[in-house]
Amino acid sequence: MIDTFADTIRRAAADGKTLRIRGGGSKDFYGVALEGDVLDTSGYAGVVDYEPSELVMTVRSGTPLTEVETKLAECGQMLAFEPPHFGASSTIGGAVASGFSGPRRAAAGSARDFVLGARVLDATGRDLSFGGQVMKNVAGYDLSRFIAGSFGTLALITELSLKVLPRPVAETTLRFEMNEAQAIEAMNRWAGQPLPLSATCFVDGKLWVRLSGAKAAVDAAVKKLGGEQPADAIAFWTSLRDQTHPFFADAATLWRLSIRSTAQPLQLGSQLIEWNGALRWVAAADAESAHGAAQSAGGHATLYRGGAKAAGIQRLAPPVLALHQRLKRALDPQGVFGRHRIHPEF
Amino acid sequence: MGKPELLDPTPEALADRDEVVRRLLAGLPRHCVLAAPEELKPYECDGLSAYREVPLAVALPENEAQVRHVMRVCNEARVPVVARGAGTGLSGGALPHPRGVTLGLSKMKSILSIDPVARTAVVQPGVRNLAISEATAQYGLYYAPDPSSQIACSIGGNIAENSGGVHCLKYGLTVHNVLKLRFVTIEGEVLELGGEGLDAAGLDLMALAIGSEGLLGVVTEITVKLLPKPQLARVVLAAFDSLEKAGEAVANVIAAGIIPAGLEMMDKLATGAVEQFVRAGYPLDAEAILLCESDGTPEEVAEEIEHMSEVLRASGATEIRLSKDEAERLKFWSGRKSAFPAVGRLMPDYFCMDGTIPKRQLGKVLRGIEALSKEFGLQCPNVFHAGDGNLHPLIMFDANVPGQQDIAVRFGAKILELCVEAGGTITGEHGVGIEKIDQMCVQFRPAELETFHAVKSAFDPMRLLNPGKAVPTLQRCAEMGAMHVHRGQEKFAHLPRF
Ligand SMILES: Cc1cc2nc3c(=O)[nH]c(=O)nc-3n(C[C@H](O)[C@H](O)[C@H](O)COP(=O)(O)OP(=O)(O)OC[C@H]3O[C@@H](n4cnc5c(N)ncnc54)[C@H](O)[C@@H]3O)c2cc1C
Repeated sequence: MIDTFADTIRRAAADGKTLRIRGGGSKDFYGVALEGDVLDTSGYAGVVDYEPSELVMTVRSGTPLTEVETKLAECGQMLAFEPPHFGASSTIGGAVASGFSGPRRAAAGSARDFVLGARVLDATGRDLSFGGQVMKNVAGYDLSRFIAGSFGTLALITELSLKVLPRPVAETTLRFEMNEAQAIEAMNRWAGQPLPLSATCFVDGKLWVRLSGAKAAVDAAVKKLGGEQPADAIAFWTSLRDQTHPFFADAATLWRLSIRSTAQPLQLGSQLIEWNGALRWVAAADAESAHGAAQSAGGHATLYRGGAKAAGIQRLAPPVLALHQRLKRALDPQGVFGRHRIHPEF
Repeated sequence: MGKPELLDPTPEALADRDEVVRRLLAGLPRHCVLAAPEELKPYECDGLSAYREVPLAVALPENEAQVRHVMRVCNEARVPVVARGAGTGLSGGALPHPRGVTLGLSKMKSILSIDPVARTAVVQPGVRNLAISEATAQYGLYYAPDPSSQIACSIGGNIAENSGGVHCLKYGLTVHNVLKLRFVTIEGEVLELGGEGLDAAGLDLMALAIGSEGLLGVVTEITVKLLPKPQLARVVLAAFDSLEKAGEAVANVIAAGIIPAGLEMMDKLATGAVEQFVRAGYPLDAEAILLCESDGTPEEVAEEIEHMSEVLRASGATEIRLSKDEAERLKFWSGRKSAFPAVGRLMPDYFCMDGTIPKRQLGKVLRGIEALSKEFGLQCPNVFHAGDGNLHPLIMFDANVPGQQDIAVRFGAKILELCVEAGGTITGEHGVGIEKIDQMCVQFRPAELETFHAVKSAFDPMRLLNPGKAVPTLQRCAEMGAMHVHRGQEKFAHLPRF
């Protein structure tokens, strides 16, 4: 199969074509442009190596995300970045290549944080390995983490070694009625205290707080924070992770603003807030206001779903954009991979 | 001796020393440019003192504008630039280039701002690692990555090496604890990488910049993440009568679903060396000891310590001690933290190796190192981050005994090859620098090295930044390869590929 992929890449290079690397296609909605012929990784599946005491799983990129999670759960472990599924077809390769992380991100880290190594095919079809199966590795530039979140624009990921973590022994969700400003203040205050916070979300006038960890720690935090304990908590966090929550379902266009967690409420209409305030989802906004608000809060905006793609392109400072272009030219000079998927300029 | 050649095809300089100094002085005050031999002497090596080189000049900028000036001057004159933090690096990363300017960041040591609510601090690159945690303690916050050198090493150096510490098993490496960088390119341009949010627009350039050993740019400002200080920490000291059992205990703790705040191992040679130095109270008859730390709320710690002790006992620990109070916890750690200097007192010289392996290979690799130690006739205590599988074999030698340093270098190379064979890596946290440049040819195939060079060319096309370090030229590896063939080994054939 690796050979077939390599042939496809070489042929595309020879014909001056671009390839659209696709796992389950659950993230086809995302990005600036979908160009080129599909290179489907979903057939390249299976766990290569998994030793729970190493906290490492090595897996082929086309493996369904659900299969990875089931295998981990059987051994009491999990993908701590809580990747969104966006449908049953999601693959682990797509989860890492998109770099999307779920509700646990602020507490545990992002998809890229858990990448230990990657085997890839480069733009000339060469089979390369970067990083490894060990927790710490500083030999060479950290290309396996760099490729996470690159949306198939740099290389074809064929295998990934990921750090995994034990599932928390105890988990409880608390809910509080408050307004947005109070919620932002509370999330940041609690995140600065030694509490076993594993997720926070503010939506519809309510702040949801998930506590995970040792039973004693969760119990102590429940006592300290108070609030009510909603019955539908697990479903709530899943609907948040997979964006099936009504907030997302009802949004005609969806903007994603990644900003300073303490930024005051943004004057951009209906919002859902995650990651202790560092992630703000905006249901409808004009492009200029979204980019402007994000920039003044130290971050950036992306048009995540719907709307006019061209208006939602992430803004890069000119020297940073130029570096992106140089890197793309250095690693994929002919633009074989995912041309224009994340930016019209590379 | 076995010093690797610094040679890397860098372009011919367009200006001599006097001219370079004259141009540097156009943008830097007199006291920030050193060129006299006696002034250059302190900069001739880093923590790997076996390798020395005198730089062309030393520039010590006081602000980012001056850093940009140094870069512009060197770029125009085609003069190599070697960034330097506190010079505690153990792989020769800050070893000067004989035709290059050493750019020291030691004067840029201000903590620019602390935001206790957003839990971030903005610091200059010369700030000492520990100084960040000291300055933020008043808010109940700290900066988690804690290399044993934290009283001295700079945060800029930590970024360049992606440094870890005894607590990174639970809290991550430098790369997991940094939000934003200001990064000056060889052209003198400032790039802002990352952002104040948890991710940035475009590709993850932070992943490339962190751990790039001064080869891609110079870090002038860092926004670090701060964490709430755990209310309590306690450490269990467990003794074992064999290295294998200690290694298995490490795997068992993790398999039991525990992520200790720290999980360190020391062998008998190491505890012996340490006891003479600090009296940490380690059991000297044990073949290996583990230090296993738990932190969190008092309830959490109590629960976890009980669980840890159970697993350690079931794994065959001959003795288990629990720190009763903070003073005793620090005493247990004092031995671990002073292990390098303790070994340094027993022998004039030592090399600290840094291979990382899958934990299940611990017993096997440690036995392999023991066998090599006999073969080469040099002692080699082991002190290491067991929870991460990150070994620090300390090869003891006396450079004044003719030939001994050469033997030590060859011994070290063998250890690293052993690590690669076991499915691991030649460096977990100290970087490749100049020390492990040849072992890069063992770990990576030519096409992979070519990819690294391609990345480098996107940042620094003339290869003026820290030339000759971190990533070997293909030519260098080809020469190495010839050596391998001569020894009857087929190049790379033994490497596991995953
Ligand atoms: C006793 C002892 C214990 C140690 N323990 C640990 C440990 O537990 N964990 C660990 O990871 N390391 C450890 N180290 C290694 C060392 O302290 C770290 O690598 C540290 O991060 C180096 O920081 P420095 O400021 O001394 O950097 P330097 O040695 O000055 O430089 C290191 C590298 O960084 C580059 N550099 C420095 N500053 C910048 C900058 N601003 N921009 C770009 N590049 C730059 C240099 O060019 C060089 O390549 C230890 C060292 C000693 C001596």
